[in-house]
Amino acid sequence: MPDLGLEVLQKGSNFIRLIEGFWVAVEISLFSIAISIPLGVFLGILMTRKNKLIRFLTKFYLDFIRIMPQLVLLFLVFFGTTRSMGWNLSGEMAAVIVFVLWGTAEMGDLVRSALLSIPRHQYESSVALGFSRIQTYFYIILPQTLRRLIPVSINLITRMIKTTSLILMIGVVEVLKVGQQIIEANRMTSPNAAFGIFFVIFILYFVICWSVSMIARYLERKWS
Amino acid sequence: MADTVLEIKNLVKKFNEHIIINGLNLKVQEGEVIVILGPSGCGKSTLLRCINGLEEIQSGSIKVQGRETVGNKKNAVLLRQKIGMVFQSYDLFPHLSVLGNIMLSPVKVQKRKKDEVKKEALELLEKVGLSDKADSYPRQLSGGQKQRVAIVRALILHPEILLFDEVTAALDPEMVREVLDVILGLAKQRRTMLIVTHEMQFAKAVADRIVFMDESKIIEEGGAKEFFEHPRTERAKKFLNVFTFEDIR
Repeated sequence: MPDLGLEVLQKGSNFIRLIEGFWVAVEISLFSIAISIPLGVFLGILMTRKNKLIRFLTKFYLDFIRIMPQLVLLFLVFFGTTRSMGWNLSGEMAAVIVFVLWGTAEMGDLVRSALLSIPRHQYESSVALGFSRIQTYFYIILPQTLRRLIPVSINLITRMIKTTSLILMIGVVEVLKVGQQIIEANRMTSPNAAFGIFFVIFILYFVICWSVSMIARYLERKWS
Repeated sequence: MADTVLEIKNLVKKFNEHIIINGLNLKVQEGEVIVILGPSGCGKSTLLRCINGLEEIQSGSIKVQGRETVGNKKNAVLLRQKIGMVFQSYDLFPHLSVLGNIMLSPVKVQKRKKDEVKKEALELLEKVGLSDKADSYPRQLSGGQKQRVAIVRALILHPEILLFDEVTAALDPEMVREVLDVILGLAKQRRTMLIVTHEMQFAKAVADRIVFMDESKIIEEGGAKEFFEHPRTERAKKFLNVFTFEDIR
């Protein structure tokens, strides 16, 4: 049996530190997701409007965010704004901002396509029953949209959780950073720690993304 | 004389430059059942959609109980509740149960009490033979059942006029019957109705008056019996001939 370097986890509070680091990543994703979803729903509704200016602006925003690698966005917001705007953002703050910008754009596009997939007669019969535009969205269109959104937005959520692995690049001490620190600190005593640590990190990411997918599958079955 | 429920004057509807309805006049009395016949694309469905405000019109006036609906948004919203409409496509809301579908508008739009609305909903469902389906979801219903629910959903708002836009066009023949029977029942109660259909036998049975449309206009108007047995215009004769077949043996 090769030495997987798992014993390093038992040294000191290494395992707890890893979990804490992972919690930082999860916290940042949860925050960003919680803000992105309502903003994305709003953006998605805007994107279905016929107004040309609104269409252009929302499309521009979406494409801009999509074209930029997340890492570049992180650098732009964290390092870029410090001197030029005088913002002294913490790494966590910058991460949440970037993830919200990204999540809102992607969520908006998902909401847009889900809204367009609702047949036109659903809108028409709502109007015929006397619902106002806001009531139509609130009682009829959005509930149907949300059901269609679950599978695709879960995909986005797991992508966001996984992408938090980039934020160590702007100095946030999350799970990968903690892992690196542990490996570095134990280089002499446990030279094989890299495998053990990254394997545990893999398990942590797997557990959270897998359970999110399970919740989604449950909701999908319940609501379909 | 009965009250005029609906009065349309010089209605013009265009899609871009294409004229769909060209200067149409129509008066509907209370309790009257009017069937609108005509070839596809003659503007009959569009007429119903204009009456219900789903389409903007280019000129003319549409009055419901003497009140103008055109160009007055507040009036239009209020008056829309006096007009019930059932469409060709099954348009139930898939995320709500049958009862949920029926009760949503009276509770949220008309702000009526939930238990009172529920009681009425169950009564109406019983009348259309669906009392056992109150808690079903639309996907569990057949096309005919869905259309009957859609009719109840329109009825519960206590509309002054009911508009039926080819409600049986997408149904299997056997299901057509159950839906048409419901509409016949409504006619017996002297409900004011405007019906667009391609079911000629049904039109003959239910209509007080037939309105025959072609090329964006009303070509002929008259009592049902008279229209089917002695159509006055050549166009109407030609149209009715389509529905009879010569024996080939």
